[in-house]
Amino acid sequence: MTSESTFIDIQNLVFLRGERRIFDGLSLQIPRGKVTAIMGPSGTGKTTLLKLIGGQLRPESGRITVDGICVHKLRRSALYDLRKRMGMLFQSGALFSDISTYENVAFPLRVHTKLPEDMIRDIVLMKLEAVGLRGARDLMPSELSGGMTRRVALARSIALDPELIMYDEPFTGQDPIAKGVLVEMISKLNRSMGLTSVLVSHDVPESLSICDYACIVSNGQVIGAGTPEELQDNPSERVQQFLQGKPDGPVPFHYPAEPIAEDLAGGAQR
Amino acid sequence: MIDRLATIGRGTFDILASLGRSSEFLVRSLIAVPRPATGLPLLVKQIYAVGVLSLAIIVVSGLFIGMVLGLQGYNILTDYGSEQAIGQMVALTLVRELGPVVTALLFAGRAGSALTAEIGLMKATEQLSSMEMMGVDPLRRVIAPRFWAGFITMPLLAMIFSVVGIWGGMLVGVDWLGVFEGSYWANMQSSVDFGEDVLNGVIKSIVFGFVCTWIAVYQGYDSVPTSEGISSATTKTVVYSSLAVLGLDFILTAVMFGDI
Amino acid sequence: MRQRTMEIVVGAFVLAGCGALLFLALQVSGLTPQAAEPTYKVYANFNDVGGLAVRGQVSMAGVTIGRVTGIKLDPKTYQARVEMEINKSAEIIPTDSSAIIRTAGLLGEKYVDVSVGADQSYMKDGDTFYGTQSALNIERLISNFASGK
Ligand SMILES: Nc1ncnc2c1ncn2[C@@H]1O[C@H](COP(=O)(O)OP(=O)(O)OP(=O)(O)O)[C@@H](O)[C@H]1O
Ligand SMILES: [Mg+2]
Repeated sequence: MTSESTFIDIQNLVFLRGERRIFDGLSLQIPRGKVTAIMGPSGTGKTTLLKLIGGQLRPESGRITVDGICVHKLRRSALYDLRKRMGMLFQSGALFSDISTYENVAFPLRVHTKLPEDMIRDIVLMKLEAVGLRGARDLMPSELSGGMTRRVALARSIALDPELIMYDEPFTGQDPIAKGVLVEMISKLNRSMGLTSVLVSHDVPESLSICDYACIVSNGQVIGAGTPEELQDNPSERVQQFLQGKPDGPVPFHYPAEPIAEDLAGGAQR
Repeated sequence: MIDRLATIGRGTFDILASLGRSSEFLVRSLIAVPRPATGLPLLVKQIYAVGVLSLAIIVVSGLFIGMVLGLQGYNILTDYGSEQAIGQMVALTLVRELGPVVTALLFAGRAGSALTAEIGLMKATEQLSSMEMMGVDPLRRVIAPRFWAGFITMPLLAMIFSVVGIWGGMLVGVDWLGVFEGSYWANMQSSVDFGEDVLNGVIKSIVFGFVCTWIAVYQGYDSVPTSEGISSATTKTVVYSSLAVLGLDFILTAVMFGDI
Repeated sequence: MRQRTMEIVVGAFVLAGCGALLFLALQVSGLTPQAAEPTYKVYANFNDVGGLAVRGQVSMAGVTIGRVTGIKLDPKTYQARVEMEINKSAEIIPTDSSAIIRTAGLLGEKYVDVSVGADQSYMKDGDTFYGTQSALNIERLISNFASGK
């Protein structure tokens, strides 16, 4: 990987939540114009990683650069300018609950552009059409289902045609049809507009089917990375356990804790 | 012993830290004035939510307090045969004290708690985060309009409260207990001074508006993004605002009317 | 709610607030719109102003014609020197009028009452009342009465 084709470069990232080390010297390169999938067990900090890239959290040490700009050293206004070039689909959708679906998608356009109203309308309807929710434009976010919320949020995050888009679990809560459409859409967005996409997901088959690169994060480290084929052939036991979804193996399913026997025995004293 | 000292020390530092955080927050949201084209509709919406929707409770409370003042005042003043002074009593009490203070207390309970809960919920559902990620400063977009709305609304509500109260006092004193209407107003006009009484009352409510809204939006913004976090933030808003209003009222009264 | 309706309602609300301020100014505190009526100053020396306050009324035949603007002790005569501002429209106080401190009601405020004289010429700016009558001090009256003086 040459340096000019790297869009996001993460070096020796250390990040703490309280006493807990979420990331412990994580290094990761995300190539420009490609789809990179980040996979890993629940609670390893995938969402946290996206927030670090977006500059919402500050790393303890290490550096994160996006398009050659060091995110956590930016001043507030420069950071906001950089974020205009990013789109992020939140795990919860995070639609603004006081305005309608249509207004939610129009929001970034209204704030950041001076487009006339009819042009905004065209863009919004196109984006909503892409996620199959043009008919739901007048609904309030509280009237949408979980999956619909996620799709509206997706339409909103691509409204400004960003250079980088980060999807936090776009597939959860989607039926097989919607899932297929989303997979299609993500790869189409990527190919047609040359977006750099970061896809955080648990859905191994879907993710591997559209990504150009994938990496698996566990215990604050990257345990496996490469193209989907390289990953499938990865000899590491931990990588194979994750890809095949086996409960027993070196990747912990449990949140860090003392052995259960000790805990249960200790319960008598408490 | 050392343990206890450490606890006290840590508590003090916590208080200082939250004071510092809230001041920084205040300064940042005050300088984050939105552009008029986008900001004005947002401000209008918030004045509606904070002010217009509080109007009903303000008018009803004002009316009842004015009527009670009229009754009580009449009972006390008839003992001295000077029940015509009822207008003066009702007006001075309302304009100087009860108007600003009761309005601020009602405001904290009605609008302040709603502000805190709304902002806290926006935080908990990551709406503020997603706004940040879109390159929009939530302080400018969400906090500043709410802050200014509270600040503008409070004096208006307090004045409406006083006027309704004075009318309620007249209802009881003049229409019911039979004080001569002319002396109700004349006594009032000769004893209430515009600069000394009315304007000082307005200044009080401006100060209360500033403090109550600051507390409400800060508690929302700083809340722990869970249901318990938001409920405790809402409680804190009402408790802190009420205490701040009563404490500041004493200080302001001492400064304004203390040196007679 | 539609943006336009909301704007109208908020406009009405702000107007109501301003109306309330206007009501408090005009009807409650009796501030007259033409507050800047020209005035002239006159003085009066009292032995005892007992309770008269700055901003107290000055009236003639029960009609308010001015306000007390200052009270201070004259170091030579040990009397209280009261400064009053009288409306120009009431520049018809005969020079031999006297100023009397009276109480409104039994426990009401003290005010200055001008007892009209018979002279043909009127008091001008800076003049001092010829005769005065000090405040009736109830406490002193009672104590004088009790001690038999
Ligand atoms: N605000 C917070 N305060 C303290 N700890 C937190 C906070 N947010 C997350 N964590 C911790 O950080 C860890 C990583 O959280 P994160 O949300 O990044 O996980 P994730 O990989 O996205 O999981 P999932 O796949 O379930 O969404 C979790 O173990 C969680 O306990
Ligand atoms: Mg997550």
